[in-house]
Amino acid sequence: MRKPLTIRILSALDKKSWIALGVFLALALVVVPVLHLNFPEDSALHVSTYAITLIGKIMCYALVAVAMDLIWGYGGILSLGHGLFFALGGYAFGMYLMRQIGRDGSYGADLPDFMVFLDWKELPWFWVGSDSFGWVAFLVMAVPAMVAFVFGYFAFRSRIKGVYFSIITQALTYAAMLLFFRNETGFGGNNGFTDFKRVLGYTITSSETRLVLFGLTAIALAATLVFAAWLVKSKFGRVLTAIRDAESRVMFIGYNPLWYKLTIWVISAVLCGIAGALYVPQVGIINPSEMSPGNSIEIAIWVAVGGRGTLIGPIIGAFVVNLAKSWFTVSFPEYWLFFLGLLFIVVTLMLPQGLVGLWKKLMDKKGAAAC
Amino acid sequence: MLNTVDLFEDDRPEGSDGADQMGHFVTGELDLSHGVALYLEDITVSFDGFKALNNLNLAINAGELRCIIGPNGAGKTTMMDVITGKTRPDSGKAFFGQSIDLTRLTEPEIAHVGIGRKFQKPTIFEQHTVFENLELAMKTDKRVWKSLMAWLAGDERDKIAETLRLIRLDGEADRQAGLLSHGQKQWLEIGMLLMQEPKLLLLDEPVAGMTDDETMRTAELFVSLAGKHSLVVVEHDMAFVEKLGGLVTVLHEGSVLAEGDLATVQNDQRVIEVYLGR
Repeated sequence: MRKPLTIRILSALDKKSWIALGVFLALALVVVPVLHLNFPEDSALHVSTYAITLIGKIMCYALVAVAMDLIWGYGGILSLGHGLFFALGGYAFGMYLMRQIGRDGSYGADLPDFMVFLDWKELPWFWVGSDSFGWVAFLVMAVPAMVAFVFGYFAFRSRIKGVYFSIITQALTYAAMLLFFRNETGFGGNNGFTDFKRVLGYTITSSETRLVLFGLTAIALAATLVFAAWLVKSKFGRVLTAIRDAESRVMFIGYNPLWYKLTIWVISAVLCGIAGALYVPQVGIINPSEMSPGNSIEIAIWVAVGGRGTLIGPIIGAFVVNLAKSWFTVSFPEYWLFFLGLLFIVVTLMLPQGLVGLWKKLMDKKGAAAC
Repeated sequence: MLNTVDLFEDDRPEGSDGADQMGHFVTGELDLSHGVALYLEDITVSFDGFKALNNLNLAINAGELRCIIGPNGAGKTTMMDVITGKTRPDSGKAFFGQSIDLTRLTEPEIAHVGIGRKFQKPTIFEQHTVFENLELAMKTDKRVWKSLMAWLAGDERDKIAETLRLIRLDGEADRQAGLLSHGQKQWLEIGMLLMQEPKLLLLDEPVAGMTDDETMRTAELFVSLAGKHSLVVVEHDMAFVEKLGGLVTVLHEGSVLAEGDLATVQNDQRVIEVYLGR
């Protein structure tokens, strides 16, 4: 007998996890807005705009980290180019935000400022429809999916694996960065998109808009977590980890690893695109530096620090590393990269299972001591 | 996004005996009408000028249990690679039954038409439980979309339980497979092969690392499988080969040196030279 999908999704998480998820959503959707809107700025209970933007941003990163974990932790494929998919989603949504500026740009023209500056008379073909929210929401997912599908199909069909695959993904995002740096590419060159005014007609910097974006990000992160839990608990997830551990055996029992890898690769890219689209209106800028190789490597570090092959690990990793980063870059800006490198070395050598593994070890010890 | 998965799928849907209902299966279904399960003709494989297989000819009858012996480098593993699609021959024919051309199919396709392979080194999914190992191997539709929606039915659980008993791992169903003993891993891999319900089993040194008792039980299992399945066993353990009975083929430098029952082969002067004489 087949079980309905809803029941399977419900059983993807245990009771404790569902409660934790509910608490998280209540905090993001009720507590934070109430504290932000109802308490004056000098009150101890006030949640500042800075904090909301920071946490909103980190939730986007956490979503990317979960997407990365699906392909790396469960699929065994280390991508060092996931920043590309994130940036593509961000650029796709940025196009819409640029169109929402309307005639309020510094040139007062119909075209986005950078096009006026380049003396373009009309929108390039790939900007057609960018004033429609629905079309752009589609592009946010479709563009990363297309790029991932085409790249992944050829890479996986040629059975490119391990470090070779990682290097190629790194080259891919680097090449894309160089492409987007060019003014002629039509995405604002090295300045990218910024100075957004509105989203869906609402002022983008108003408290209410910020809170809605913050809440949507929290919902997206929670939904991604449930979806990912369902994926890895399905037979698909078991085949995926089997490919990670013994690919030839998987082939000789009749599975074609190509389609399994490609599916998780495309899903991962789409999730990154969604994260990028939520990131851009909150941060207020997207430029080609999001595609820089360093950014993609950082994503892998979040996952490694948190603990790959667990779903909560990447989220913890994204929060820990980025909170540390925002503190470091204010207090000791020049030492951040040294700290990041050190963190990566320590985690790789001492904590192969990341912080989640450390926690488990400590709990086991405690359990053993209690006996 | 997920809905497109089916569109870019090209695994063959499987019907009876691995045939394809949609008819785009170039080679048709398994046809054993002439009594031949596997047919290799003039297979040559060379690696950088070295001929791993040199005009190899071999025919395995339906239901037959055949042992392949030969010194190291005789081409036994390369032969299995050719049959399972891992290596493409430079020349020659490889047919499964009358009509399935193995040289044109990929590894998963060959698994679907009914050839199962056990590796020399036990290859199981160490991070999965014993039960999950068998579940993944079970004969079913193995495309992405089906795996996403898969849910074990009662009769499928029964089938897994039955195989667990057969390979004597029914007490270890929920144990992580990586924690099994070497002999148990060998049995688990054999169990996975059986879950695939193949018509032809290729077994590369299946009893390496087993105790004498386990070896004898394995021999009994294989003998009981013959008839319904065809088996090709590569083995060095002569006591095991003797216990299996059946024809023995001796490979040497990529081609067949001798063929016959074990006693005949062991008394063959050329075979003795190859094994002892250099």
